[in-house]
Amino acid sequence: MDSNRREFIKISSLGLGGLMLSGTIFDSVSGSIFNDAVSETMKYIRTPTYCEVCFWKCAGWVTKNEDGEIWKVEGHQDDPHCNGRFCPRGTGGVGMYHDEDRLKQPLMRVEENGKQVYKEVSWDAALDFIADKMKAIAKEHGPESMALFTHGSGGKFLGHMLKAYGSPHITAPSFAQCRGPREVAFYSTFGEGILSPERTDIRDTDCLVLIGSHIGENMHNGQVQEMSQAIDKGATIITVDPRFSTAASKSKYWLPIKPATDMALLLAWINVIINEEWYDKEYVEKYAFGFDELKAHVQQYTPEWAYGITTIEPKVIRDTAKEMANASPAVIVHPGRHVTWYGDDTQRLRAVAILNALLGSWGRRGGFYSPEKVSIPSYPHPPYPKAKRTWKDGLEDKFSLATEIISNELCGASIPTKDREFNVKGWIVNGTNLIHTLPDQKKTLEAIQNLDLLVVIDTMPMEITGYADVVLPECTYLERYDAIRNSPHREPVIALRMPAAEPKYNSKPDWWIAKALGIKLGLNEFFKYKNIEAMLDWQLKQVGSSLEEMKKVGVKKYKRKYDDLYLADGQDFEFSTSTGKIELYSTEMAGSGYAPLPTYTEHAQPPQGFYRLNYGRTPAHTFSRTANNPNLTAIYDENDLWVNPKVAKQWGLKNGQYVWLKNQDGIVSTFSIKVRVTERIRWDSVYMVHGFGHSEKKLSRAFGKGASDTELITNVKLDPEMGGTGMRENFVTFLTEKPELKEAES
Amino acid sequence: MRYAMAIDTKKCIGCGDCVVACQVENKVPEGFCREWIVEAISGTYPNLDLEFRSERCHHCANAPCVRCCPTGSSHIAEGGIVLVDPDKCIGCGACIASCPYDARYPHPDGYVDKCTFCIHKVRKGEQPACVSVCPTNCMYFGDLDDPNSEVSKKVKERKYKRMKTEAGTDPQLYFLI
Amino acid sequence: MEELIISGRMNYKVDPYLHIWGWEIAFYLFVGGLAAGILFFAAFYYLRGKENQFPAAVKWAPMITPFILILGLGALFLDLHNKMNFWRLYTTIRLESPMSWGAWTLMVITPISIIWSSIHIKEIFPNWDWKFEWLEKAIAFFVRHKRPLAWVMAIYSVLLGVYTGILLSAFNARPLWNTSILGPLFLASGLSAGAAVIVLFTKSEIERRWFSKIDILIIGVELFFIIHLFMGLLASTEVQIEAAQLFLDGPYTLPFWIFVVFIGMLVPALLEYLEIKGQKIPVFIPVILILIGNIMLRFIIVYAGQASRYLY
Repeated sequence: MDSNRREFIKISSLGLGGLMLSGTIFDSVSGSIFNDAVSETMKYIRTPTYCEVCFWKCAGWVTKNEDGEIWKVEGHQDDPHCNGRFCPRGTGGVGMYHDEDRLKQPLMRVEENGKQVYKEVSWDAALDFIADKMKAIAKEHGPESMALFTHGSGGKFLGHMLKAYGSPHITAPSFAQCRGPREVAFYSTFGEGILSPERTDIRDTDCLVLIGSHIGENMHNGQVQEMSQAIDKGATIITVDPRFSTAASKSKYWLPIKPATDMALLLAWINVIINEEWYDKEYVEKYAFGFDELKAHVQQYTPEWAYGITTIEPKVIRDTAKEMANASPAVIVHPGRHVTWYGDDTQRLRAVAILNALLGSWGRRGGFYSPEKVSIPSYPHPPYPKAKRTWKDGLEDKFSLATEIISNELCGASIPTKDREFNVKGWIVNGTNLIHTLPDQKKTLEAIQNLDLLVVIDTMPMEITGYADVVLPECTYLERYDAIRNSPHREPVIALRMPAAEPKYNSKPDWWIAKALGIKLGLNEFFKYKNIEAMLDWQLKQVGSSLEEMKKVGVKKYKRKYDDLYLADGQDFEFSTSTGKIELYSTEMAGSGYAPLPTYTEHAQPPQGFYRLNYGRTPAHTFSRTANNPNLTAIYDENDLWVNPKVAKQWGLKNGQYVWLKNQDGIVSTFSIKVRVTERIRWDSVYMVHGFGHSEKKLSRAFGKGASDTELITNVKLDPEMGGTGMRENFVTFLTEKPELKEAES
Repeated sequence: MRYAMAIDTKKCIGCGDCVVACQVENKVPEGFCREWIVEAISGTYPNLDLEFRSERCHHCANAPCVRCCPTGSSHIAEGGIVLVDPDKCIGCGACIASCPYDARYPHPDGYVDKCTFCIHKVRKGEQPACVSVCPTNCMYFGDLDDPNSEVSKKVKERKYKRMKTEAGTDPQLYFLI
Repeated sequence: MEELIISGRMNYKVDPYLHIWGWEIAFYLFVGGLAAGILFFAAFYYLRGKENQFPAAVKWAPMITPFILILGLGALFLDLHNKMNFWRLYTTIRLESPMSWGAWTLMVITPISIIWSSIHIKEIFPNWDWKFEWLEKAIAFFVRHKRPLAWVMAIYSVLLGVYTGILLSAFNARPLWNTSILGPLFLASGLSAGAAVIVLFTKSEIERRWFSKIDILIIGVELFFIIHLFMGLLASTEVQIEAAQLFLDGPYTLPFWIFVVFIGMLVPALLEYLEIKGQKIPVFIPVILILIGNIMLRFIIVYAGQASRYLY
């Protein structure tokens, strides 16, 4: 019997033992820090914030009703992320605050009568426990053995705490599970990344090419708005997607490509644009490196060749290439955001980068602009201790181009092996539901069983919460200060988030948690500011503003330091690559032993009776985190499974019928999913929105609604360049009866 | 004065922001709605057409709900906005049955509720919540009698359709196509 | 293929199909029609001077109408979502609203039915005592003016009978209801129910035979209206055709043709015919069947009408 094993605990099964929420204990740690902050905020009826429902972080105003309760959040007119208009998730963000299923008290895993349960404890007790564990881990394994998985604004403070403690292991799944390959590919081509918000100048483009990017279903506010502007101005939209996406329906050209063959189309486009001499000759000559190698390399990739692979007719390939060339340089071959598909994603995004380079769109109006942001210094603190070991130690030369930490590798480093010396022993997980975020759930669960400490900091109970040793209830973004939002844009712009109300229940902001824990760890030197207001005010004063000003204006725009939004005509420019040029032929790739020019590799197609599992977004939800939001479930409360009518007929599936899914490895979905028979999808794939099928019962609206794509993604194709987890080579088949019954019968 | 709304289906992506904004702004109880999204697909893969429509009360110029109301609770306010006076409403349901658009619902507090074109905002010179929040900027609200209003211009410049005009309602939502 | 997906709405009593009106309205329409039928025959045969020949029609059957009308009003009240505002119905007269003039019609005909019953109560209960002098005087007043009273009652009973159909047919949003034949159909159906109840009440062979014949005649008219209803719907636009399909090849096909037409019309008509021809058939059987058919007609039309729609 393994007594250390972490059983999944439903948040509802609280132990009866310890309701020791003494106010005095709490006050002695912290109280005064927060209380004056709140009294100050109550003076305002309208307070600035920036949204935390997704990573776009639109700035807005919180309005309270006559009773002083939070009523609505609306976009800030001056914010270029949203231009005064929030997306459905932002508008429904108030639901996060009102959701009665929120985490309310710090919880600790205890054993009662041989059963593991959560006990409500005081913040003091919870933080003491964590601090003691962290000290023990540092002593035994070194501080590098603590890792922080984070998604969201609060991670900045927790990250600071962890670095001060001595660990560099701060990771966001947004790299290896999402946008990593595109950043790596564009860095190696242009010496700069795409960043967030994306530097795409969609507003002014004449031709927007989307490859598997479903803008409009992904509700990246600024981009959606600019795409709408582009439609208004009559820009040509070309959408490559096996599914008739929303964007496809707005497009002049929809290329219903055979799944997993995008690379062939990209290479054929490059072939046509080079051979027809439709590329921007002046631009390529002046800025690009390796054109001749590229030209020779792509001769094999003719449109006729691509036709056989992609099912896109050569004429359509040529016509669309011509459309792009006609619009050049005001053309965007969009790099997308969630691009970890088949394991050769960095190479595919290299092809996208090359295409943009040939069309001369990088650094041009209507292409990719050069964003600028304000430089805000950190609050003074001593230098962080130097880490002696890092996650990369065990990897040797693998994934050498990763520019950020690979979450799943850090997760993997938590499972001890014979030959690896360094193991991760403790996790702090903040704002990311790793069970639904990382593919290969089995591995994630195995890693969790090997930890000495698992702390989860979140606003909602999630699947990951049930595995925690300590659960800390974070207050929502509407109840807290956070770091100044400072994002790259056409004009530098900063935004303030301040609390509109006191934290509900016994929840706390991350900055407070980080500081309180830091002090318990003896890291006082790193937390010398009295409270976050003092820190923010100090920072703002360094950039010519103040907390007082920001509370009034919410958003402040700055003039660009340099007039370099676009490259000037004939301007000399040195790119941050080793050749100083746009590398069509990547010397960095070549130097690291990877293919310097993208090549086509064939990917597996579904076996008989199976269908490729494609997944995506609905505009009403962010990942799995909003599935319980009362305002958002009102418009989308469960995902459905898109099935082509031909397939439905073959299987006898009816619209609205519930089915279970089984993948190629025999994994069966925990919950059933509603079939939507639709012409919008091909006959070789099915589609569902990511983020549903929650098994945490405490999520009263989300529990058991729809199915989880993540649990069916067991075949992960690792990107050799940067460790991205390709998730689109998973195939499913339908089970029309509840699986348990089926097994019992057989 | 004739208030009307134009919705550009070429730009609408059916994100549902209008629905959420309406719920928050008007404190529509959970489980109910004053507006909704229609997604209409026609054709066969890969020759397909898709239209999104953000729909709500059409504020009909010839409103059956107002005609059939036995107490005068359903009435036409300034600019042709169709409103319900909760104090006069007996909740008989006749107006709900009379609406070809099913745009009304019985509020848990007893009266019948529906879209008001956010008249409380419009009276202050603001746009209805759905219009002001729309991320694709595909909705236009204003006075159709004013030739310079945005909605007048759109209705004049663009092809449009109105829903179920055969019901004789003279609806005032114009879907630009 | 066309596919329509409606998201963001699941309004109680409206989605996915309208069901704002339940048994209350159907019951209310049934008793309204029944009362209208009874009162019409009472007024009609009184005015024709057949008071003594048809005592059940003129005097006895109307005794139940105050009760059933009040029951109907009770059902209508139960249907209201905002019951405390009930009185608002009587603060205004809205001619365009069938609901409004229906409420007013009931406001007129309910007292008339009470008065009519009061006039005849002593003939049925000879020991009846009104206890108050002024009541006696009031009733004496109405006895003196029985003829104009009968005229008003005749007119209002027709209004009530037609109204039960028009309440529904005024809704052009519900294609099944939106046909002018619904008013006459419901009136005819109410008259047939009224005649059936009279048959049940009467002790006179002549009266029973007469009203049995009337019943058979009205059932014939009803069948004609029903055929007419479907001809009209099927010859109309798509939504009306879809509405008709609910009865021709849809969820309401069996209940309608079996309960309303077969059990509620054809069988009782046949039984009444056989009875007239001298066969021994218990009189209550066709009566009960007609009443069942009547109530089923109201229920099915109320429910199916809500399932028929314009949109999507």
